[in-house]
Amino acid sequence: MKPTDTSNPDYFHKVVDCQWACPAHTPVPAYIRLIAQGRYSDAYLLNRDSNVFPGILGRVCDRPCEPACRRTRVDGEPVAICRLKRVAADHRDDVTSRLPQKPDQTNGKRIALIGAGPASFTVANDLAPLGYECTIFEKLPEAGGLMRANIPAFRLPEKVLNEELQYILDMGVELKLNSPVSSMKALLDEGWDAVFVGTGAPKGKDLHLPGREEADANIHIGIDWLESVAFEHIDSIGKNVLIIGVGNTAMDCCRTSLRLGAENVKVMARKPRNFFKASEWELEDAEEENIQIVVNHSPKAFVTEHGKLVGMTFELMEYDVDDKGEITGQRIIGEETLPCDDVILAIGQENAFPWIEKDAGIEFGKWDVPVVDEETFESTHEGVFFGGDSAFGPKNIIWAVEHGHQAAISIHRHCQGLGLRDRAPREVELQSAKMGMFEWRYSNAYTAAERREMEHVALVDRFQRLNIEVELGFNAEQIAVEVQRCLNCDVQTVFEAPLCEECDACIDVCPVECLSITPVADSEAELRASLSQPEAPEDQSLYVSNPLPLTGRVMIKDENVCLHCGLCAERCPTSAWDMKEGVIKIPHADDQVETVA
Amino acid sequence: MTSFVKPKIRRLNEPTNGLGKTRADYDGAMSTLCAGCGHDSVTAALARAFYELSTDPKDVVKVSGIGCSSKTTTYFLKDAHGANTVHGRMPSFATGAAAVNKNLTYVGVSGDGDSLSIGLGQMAHAIRRNVDMIYMLENNGVYGLTKGQFSASSDIGSKAKKGATNMLPPIDPAIMALSIGATFVARSFSGDKQQLVSLIKAGIAHRGFALIDVISPCVSFNDHKGSTKSYAHTYQYYHKAVHADYVPPSEEITASYDEGEAMPVELHDGGSILLRKLDKDYDPTNRASAMEKLMQSQQTQEILTGLLYIDESRPAMAEHKKLPETPLHSIPYSKLNPGADALRKLQDEFR
Repeated sequence: MKPTDTSNPDYFHKVVDCQWACPAHTPVPAYIRLIAQGRYSDAYLLNRDSNVFPGILGRVCDRPCEPACRRTRVDGEPVAICRLKRVAADHRDDVTSRLPQKPDQTNGKRIALIGAGPASFTVANDLAPLGYECTIFEKLPEAGGLMRANIPAFRLPEKVLNEELQYILDMGVELKLNSPVSSMKALLDEGWDAVFVGTGAPKGKDLHLPGREEADANIHIGIDWLESVAFEHIDSIGKNVLIIGVGNTAMDCCRTSLRLGAENVKVMARKPRNFFKASEWELEDAEEENIQIVVNHSPKAFVTEHGKLVGMTFELMEYDVDDKGEITGQRIIGEETLPCDDVILAIGQENAFPWIEKDAGIEFGKWDVPVVDEETFESTHEGVFFGGDSAFGPKNIIWAVEHGHQAAISIHRHCQGLGLRDRAPREVELQSAKMGMFEWRYSNAYTAAERREMEHVALVDRFQRLNIEVELGFNAEQIAVEVQRCLNCDVQTVFEAPLCEECDACIDVCPVECLSITPVADSEAELRASLSQPEAPEDQSLYVSNPLPLTGRVMIKDENVCLHCGLCAERCPTSAWDMKEGVIKIPHADDQVETVA
Repeated sequence: MTSFVKPKIRRLNEPTNGLGKTRADYDGAMSTLCAGCGHDSVTAALARAFYELSTDPKDVVKVSGIGCSSKTTTYFLKDAHGANTVHGRMPSFATGAAAVNKNLTYVGVSGDGDSLSIGLGQMAHAIRRNVDMIYMLENNGVYGLTKGQFSASSDIGSKAKKGATNMLPPIDPAIMALSIGATFVARSFSGDKQQLVSLIKAGIAHRGFALIDVISPCVSFNDHKGSTKSYAHTYQYYHKAVHADYVPPSEEITASYDEGEAMPVELHDGGSILLRKLDKDYDPTNRASAMEKLMQSQQTQEILTGLLYIDESRPAMAEHKKLPETPLHSIPYSKLNPGADALRKLQDEFR
């Protein structure tokens, strides 16, 4: 087996599980250290470099980082990364002077951005400071896209949203509200230097079952209904409400219903709980509000009386589940009709581009989604880019942000006449974290504390208005504990084989036994078999050193179980091991400058 | 932070032994020895061996004398009994402890200074009595705690850190032990954890005195060029003669081996030690030839390691002296001290 190539920037990046899992590669441990030092504004700005909307995402991010967190493999509970992001946002000072500024003069390149959601705003954020004239077209009367229309204010306060959008508008971005683009061809004729489509996945799926037409007045499409609530076109709902579907939109629909006067809200799921699409924490928050989640009920028909919805019939399902947790068979074991006044459908959404003409030069693939390059986000029409949910179907805000960053790079290169694929590469910068005997530039002591629980507004108070934010944010004590739970995975264990004298000190001191010195093996499987914890998640690497000078054996490190405590480096008599803080450089549009010839 | 501790971390899916204990349950306090000290590896090997044997730490007694090596009893099995005794007097203490309670496992940890100079007579007589204990002799050729003077195990010609050359002949603890009737003599190296752990397990299972002479380099005072106890020198001259695997009573010997290449030695606990000769003409059951090989290796500077000699036939001290099965603390006082009348009666027998 060959020695590990740590010069590949992805090697150390992958070790930082949270950052690797984050679509925008937010440097999580680094900003948590800043929070620990009370440097909230710095933590906010570091976040903003990657994810643009720390205040918004600190509340409503899908948090792909948390299930990936190394801490889940230690005590089962990830660091409350998302909550700490909110801490940075909530406690920051006025940072306006430290944000990218509107340039003194523009570069004359005009960019049209369609849809004022997170993707378009990210493109504008990256391009406007470089001199591009960005214009955002939005059909609704306010900006924000799904963040405004679909995420209820009790999860994301309007003030937080407005503030972070305004930062970008202040960079000299033009926002045209109530301005739907009705023809792509007409837009292209206007001579924009590039067009970015960030229109999301605005079409909620319908459920065509018997009684659908007759009961139409009381059947609502989830995302449309949430939008109507957000813009105050709807302010009430019946007493008994059924939500169909059990994704995150369903959670927003059921909790919003409670705030509009519903008394009895049930979320109807076709499958058992472990097949739910909603994030676990959103399910918990809904259940805390006494929402009942009913499993194994498959919708069959809407029941009407005198042309009005009075109930819904479901087939009762039973499933066979195999050892891997996959469904292998299903059968109907009965039927049940539940009375209701309103039904909200939250069973998915899709993109829709009625305004893009078939002959506009943009190719559409299966299911009417545009053909978009996964690296450059360019469509088949040169200079027309897609991002966010409109590119590859519904994902989430943090993916939209990353799409925006990548599309901005492409647009920048396109406008400069550079190849879209010769993008600046990722890099890693390593710097020793050693300060002296027993002293490191990070808090390396292991903290056994459990994950802090978020406090919520009391149930009796929270339903009074639609926009009472439920989560209170972490208090000082919670912040102090939670930051210490972070294992600082970005402080990397770096090994210099020529310095090692094979004394075993590192192996002996390692509290999780992730090191060993062994003869060179043929395969990784052979090496893994000898580890203290042979089974590892698939994406976890095994570090294999160059041959050691005295015996020709190799140092092995199991990245899966390492806790970055630094004791190996502390005990190494020759400094063959060192703890080095690794900064993963993720290039954005402004980092492409060096490659401009 | 002026020092650091090894945190005890409970992980999901952490392996456990037959008692449900994790490897970390066999740790002790954080070592205060120099970073890179061979002794820390011996400590780690002891902890691992006891973990693998699923020994309850409270059934173990750790004893030591004075020196860097003798400090290490603090660094493993924190739940075991133990004492740091007087310089060189650990064998007497262990002998006494083993005499009053033969049901515990005794681990003596000593060094080349503690055992081969001030404690030479003590160690020799514990060997002769075949006290049922494992005796770790952490051998680095210098007095590390007093900054690097030659010890009695220094080889002729070995250089001290400041340049002086040792002229006195070394005491080889393995040869000495063989010459006075030792029943289990092994040598290993702190850098070979795999061999060391198997030898420790075999030594614990052995009935009687088990000596393991471990080359355990002193990084601070004897790890330089010209030293014959450095990591580099030991790795260069290290030679495995016999490999020993302890097979507990509950397991069958499953490994296949060619005749003559491997042989099982039955132990009194029902288990066995599977010996595999890496040198064809080495016989670890023949005292005289073992001594001969060891003396030859002294000439060639080769460091012969593995289980060098084993004899399961000689009784340990407890059997030889017919010591009671019941520990003294569990024998009723009236039986331990039958009173003045009984004493008088006994004395009368000798009149």
